[in-house]
Amino acid sequence: MTERFDILVVGAGPAGIAAAVTAAAAGKQVALVDDNPAAGGQIWRSDSKRPTTARTWLEKLAASSVVRLQGWRIVDSPSRGVLRADGKDGCRDLEYNQLVMATDARERFLPFPGWTLPNVMGAGGLDAMVRGGLPIADKRVVVAGTGPLLLAVAAHLARRGAKIVAICEQAPLRRFIPFLASLCGESAKAMQGIDYVRSTFGSKIYLGCWPVAASGNQKLETVTLRRGERQWEERCDFLACGFHLVPNLELPALMNCRIDKGFVAVDHLLQTSICGVFCAGEPIGIGGVEIALLEGEIAGLAAAGNTDAAIRLAQRRTRRLGFVRALATVTELDPRLKELATNATLVCRCEDVSFGRLRHHDSWREAKLHTRCGMGACQGRICGTAAEFLFDWDSGSIFSSVRPPLFPVRVSSLGHADTLADKGDSLASADMLASKETE
Amino acid sequence: MPELPPLYLLVNDVPVTVAPGTTVASAILIAGIPTRQSVTGEPRGPLCGMGICFECRVNIDGVQHQRSCQVLCTEGMKVRTT
Repeated sequence: MTERFDILVVGAGPAGIAAAVTAAAAGKQVALVDDNPAAGGQIWRSDSKRPTTARTWLEKLAASSVVRLQGWRIVDSPSRGVLRADGKDGCRDLEYNQLVMATDARERFLPFPGWTLPNVMGAGGLDAMVRGGLPIADKRVVVAGTGPLLLAVAAHLARRGAKIVAICEQAPLRRFIPFLASLCGESAKAMQGIDYVRSTFGSKIYLGCWPVAASGNQKLETVTLRRGERQWEERCDFLACGFHLVPNLELPALMNCRIDKGFVAVDHLLQTSICGVFCAGEPIGIGGVEIALLEGEIAGLAAAGNTDAAIRLAQRRTRRLGFVRALATVTELDPRLKELATNATLVCRCEDVSFGRLRHHDSWREAKLHTRCGMGACQGRICGTAAEFLFDWDSGSIFSSVRPPLFPVRVSSLGHADTLADKGDSLASADMLASKETE
Repeated sequence: MPELPPLYLLVNDVPVTVAPGTTVASAILIAGIPTRQSVTGEPRGPLCGMGICFECRVNIDGVQHQRSCQVLCTEGMKVRTT
């Protein structure tokens, strides 16, 4: 099945919605493809109290001519101008003239003893579970890691009745001064920050503090926290722990777009190194909703050929990049976080590969070949990001190993399913397919 | 807004009641059981909540390896963890 669109937008978060709505308003035939059940991305998850900006954009999307392909995950680019999407009922090919990638970011997870226990989750991870229906009232929660997401999650959970035992931010106080200064140009963010602090009033906030261990019988019961020389335990039901965000670069890497220092390289109109392929939102710099919306509009206008309007908006974006830089600085990881994992601590959760087995390797490629690290279902999305920090391996080598399918697909979804018929309804990943081809 | 009636689903044959809009991952957490056993036998639960980590993959209505954080519960759904 093949469908054709003027402009294809991947990712229905703020940047993707803004790009799709803007391009459709310019008279283009636009499709918006996304792997979640509903549009809104991670930040505007279905919730009774969406902010006004979210409601406004979702209403614009509903009123637009944009074809919405929700529940479809991009797994391949079989030829120039075509992306292959995998859904519940198989694959479909989507043809486009212009592409906008708004693939968002994911949380960075760092291994420490006990991090694989049930109920140890990402900060955004626990928030997603609560927005997805998990009751959190009266539960004891420790929020830890780094970045503004911690405070946002703690505030949301506190409003839902959670007992926020502690908020642990790895960055020390002195790092926050330039960050707070950068908020002067971002009044919406500053107001939001004040609101978060008010919602978490009464919770203990520790700076320069992080979890060193999680323990419990079959699931989390206790978190050990460390701040400087002091180490103590907190009993809790959930640990929400994420070390800021890293962009989802798998699709841009598959498209051969140039990646520079961990982000997709774009020109002032957000076109990547590949002509007709644009990128917006977190993959070009972590900056949050307001900048993502602006970038979505720029990419949507530029893809639709409305260059003058795109240039005007691009000037507004340039003025806001100070916040993106300040955020990157404040969330830089303390090198002592590299010492949390012991030899027995698992780094690769899919293949259960420990820190001790990985530490002697010199590169991601070598580690993969010798240990199967990063060759499981998540294809290195979790352990690759951790390994890059833990071992200072080159992220370029991690992304050079990106191959289709970008996500494991059911064998029945693949074109050449017959050659893999013996696998039944199992999942086929890029590494499994590669080993099949070499047999 | 009037409250919609709750949904009933089975997680490993145990009935679980959830509000409409609940994800399968959240329903499994409500049931208080792990989503899967790791290759060395560790119990695991959801980690990322956004379809990246695959820790929450379960069998839903006979289809294996569904990321339960990206699937909404439906009436009579049968979920099986591994």
